[in-house]
Amino acid sequence: MAEAIQQDVKARVHRDKPLVEVSGLKKYFPVSSGIFSRASSFVHAVDDLNFTIMPGQSLGLVGESGCGKTTTGKLLVRLHEPTAGSILMQTEDGDMEDIAHHKGTALRQFRRRTQMIFQDPYESLNPRRTIFDTVAEPLTVQGIGTLTERQERVAALLNECGLTPPEQFMYRFPHELSGGQRQRVAIARALIIDPMFIVADEPTSMLDVSIRIGVMQLMSNLAERFGVSYLYITHDLAVARYMTDQIGVMYLGKMVERADTEELLSNPLHPYTQALLAATPVPDPRLSRDFINIKGGISKPVDPPPRCRFYARCPIADEFCRDNPHPPLEDKGGGHYVACYKVGVAGA
Amino acid sequence: MSKLLLQVENLTMHYGTRGGDVRAVDNVSFTLAEGDSLGLVGESGCGKTSIAKTLLRLLPDNAKIIGGHVWMGDTDLLALPENEMRKFRWSRISMIFQAAMNSLNPVYTVGEQIIEALELHMGVMDNTQARARVAELFDLVGLDPTFMDRYPHEFSGGMRQRAVIAMTLSCNPDLIIADEPTTALDVIVQDRVLRKLEEVQAKLGMSMIYISHDIAVIAEVSNRIGVMYAGQLVELADSVEIFERPLHPYTFALMKSFPSIKGQRQILQPLEGEPPNLITPPSGCRFHPRCPRATQICVDEVPEFKDYGNSHFAACFHPLEEGDY
Repeated sequence: MAEAIQQDVKARVHRDKPLVEVSGLKKYFPVSSGIFSRASSFVHAVDDLNFTIMPGQSLGLVGESGCGKTTTGKLLVRLHEPTAGSILMQTEDGDMEDIAHHKGTALRQFRRRTQMIFQDPYESLNPRRTIFDTVAEPLTVQGIGTLTERQERVAALLNECGLTPPEQFMYRFPHELSGGQRQRVAIARALIIDPMFIVADEPTSMLDVSIRIGVMQLMSNLAERFGVSYLYITHDLAVARYMTDQIGVMYLGKMVERADTEELLSNPLHPYTQALLAATPVPDPRLSRDFINIKGGISKPVDPPPRCRFYARCPIADEFCRDNPHPPLEDKGGGHYVACYKVGVAGA
Repeated sequence: MSKLLLQVENLTMHYGTRGGDVRAVDNVSFTLAEGDSLGLVGESGCGKTSIAKTLLRLLPDNAKIIGGHVWMGDTDLLALPENEMRKFRWSRISMIFQAAMNSLNPVYTVGEQIIEALELHMGVMDNTQARARVAELFDLVGLDPTFMDRYPHEFSGGMRQRAVIAMTLSCNPDLIIADEPTTALDVIVQDRVLRKLEEVQAKLGMSMIYISHDIAVIAEVSNRIGVMYAGQLVELADSVEIFERPLHPYTFALMKSFPSIKGQRQILQPLEGEPPNLITPPSGCRFHPRCPRATQICVDEVPEFKDYGNSHFAACFHPLEEGDY
C-alpha cells in the first residue's frame, strides 16, 4: 500500500515548482485594554514572512518562545487566517493556489493536502476515542472510503508507524499507550489522507530521550517514502539539524536568517543566530562553547518601533540600525539569507 | 582528594500505590566531595527526582524509605528526627525545584520573600542587615539589587529563576540540589542561568547535585556524572571519563541518541523498547530487556555496582570495551 501511495504522490507533485510559497505573510493579534475599549495596539506575531518550500524538502523554524514560529505553522494549515499576505500551495493539478483566505469547502479541500502534528501527544488525542477512530477521522471528514477500506488503511499505516501488530492498537484508547506510541498515532493521523505538506510543531519535545530519536527517524523515513515536506517547528537547533534541509531563524515575528541547515549551523551570520548557537549546550564536556552576551530578554512585539527588531539586544547595532526600518532578508551569497545591515558590509 | 561532603549508601525507597510498591530508588550508593558537582541524568521516571527528595526527606506520604543511609559528616539524615532535619534544610542543603520560578508568591515582593526565608532559618534580623544580605545575594546571581522591592510578575522567567537561586543560597548551604532548574527556559536564558549557577558554585565552593534529562546540560555543569535507569544508578564517573569511556550500554545508548549542533552529523541510534514499569521491574539487570549485550546472567543476577578504577563505577556484566565504541 505504501508503494501505491508513494507513486500517487510522485505523480501528483511537480518537483520543479515550489510546494509552498509564502509572501508578505502577516498576523497581528489585537491587544485590548478593557472589555469595551477598541483594540488600539497589536501584537505583530508574524510580520512579513517570505519563504518557499520545494517538494520533498523540509524547512525548520527555530527561535525562542514568542518568536512567532507556532503562529506561522498555524497560518500555513489555516488554523489562523492571515492579516495580510499570500500562502500559495501547489494543487493536485500543479497550479499554485492562494489558500490564505479559504473558507468552507475550499478549506476542507485544502486540508486534504496539508496536516499538522502537535507538540503534546497527551492533549492532541481525544481520550474517549479509540486509536482507529482518531486515525480514521480525516478520512471520515473528507468522506473517503468505506469502513472496511478505512480499517485496512489505518492498519497498514499503524504498521508503517511502528505500532505493530496494528490489531493490538486499533481499538485501544490513548491512555493505554505511552507518550512515544501516542505521537506515532498522531503521525499516522496526519499521514492517513496522503498529504503533501505537514506542519510539525515541536513533535518530539515532550518525549523522552530514548524514545525521541525513534520518532524523529520515523518522521524522516515516512517523509522520504511518501514524498512529504515538513515545516518543522522547534526550539532545539540540534533536533532541527537532523530533521530539516533548511532552517529559518525567527525573532519577534521576523525571519532574521535562512540557509541550508549545515551552512546555517557552521556559518551563522546574524548576531541573533550566533547567540542562539552559542547558548545551545553541547552533549560533550570536551567541547567548549563561545559566549555571546546579548542584552536583556525577549519582549512582546506589541506595536514594535520601525527599526530592526533585534536592535535593543544586538551587540553590533549602530545608529544606522536605529534610524532605518527593519532590514530586508537578503541573499548574502549561495542562498544564505540574512536580515542585517551589518552583515556583508566590509569590515563587519 | 578533597573531603567528602555526602555519602549515600544503599538507598532504597518505594512508593506505595494500589497496584503495588513502585520501586523508585533501588540500592543507590554514591559519594560527593566538597566543591564537586554531580549531574544525575536519566529519563523521566528513572528516580532522579526521587533521590533528591529522599536526601532532603521531602517525600509524599505514600513514600517508604526501605533502607540505606545518607551521611553528611557523622549525621545520618535518614535517622534525624523531623525537627532536626528542618534545620538541615536550607542551611546545609537547599533545593531548587523544577519550575521553581513559579513558586514565588505573587503578593509579596521578591526581597520580602527572601528575607522571610532568611529569618526562618537564621533567626530574626535587623531590617537593614537583612536587606543588605538580599542585595548581596541579588548581586551574586546577577540581578540588580534595586529590583528586590519588585513583585514576581515584574520579573522575566530567567530573572525569577535567578531570584529563586538567590533564595536557596541565602543561608550559605554546603549543598545545592537543582532539579531541572532550566527546563522551562529558552536557550539563551538557560545559558545565562547555568553560567551564573556554575560561577556562584565555584565562588562559594559549594557542592551541587544537578538533575536533568538533558545530557547536554549535564555535560556543561557537572564534573561527575551519574546515569540512572529504572530506579538504579548504573554508571558514575568523571564527566570527561564517562564521555570517553562509557562502560554501561545504557549510558552509551543515551549518548548515541542525543543530537548535537557541533561536530560531524552522527547517525543517531534509537534505543528499542521503553523504560520498564517499576512495580514489577525486570529481573536481574533492569536494563536487560532493551540491552543489545544482554545474556542469561543479566536475566538471572543483579550486577554489582563496582569500581573499574579511576573512580569510574558501573553495574554491568558486559561492560563496553575499547573496540565497542
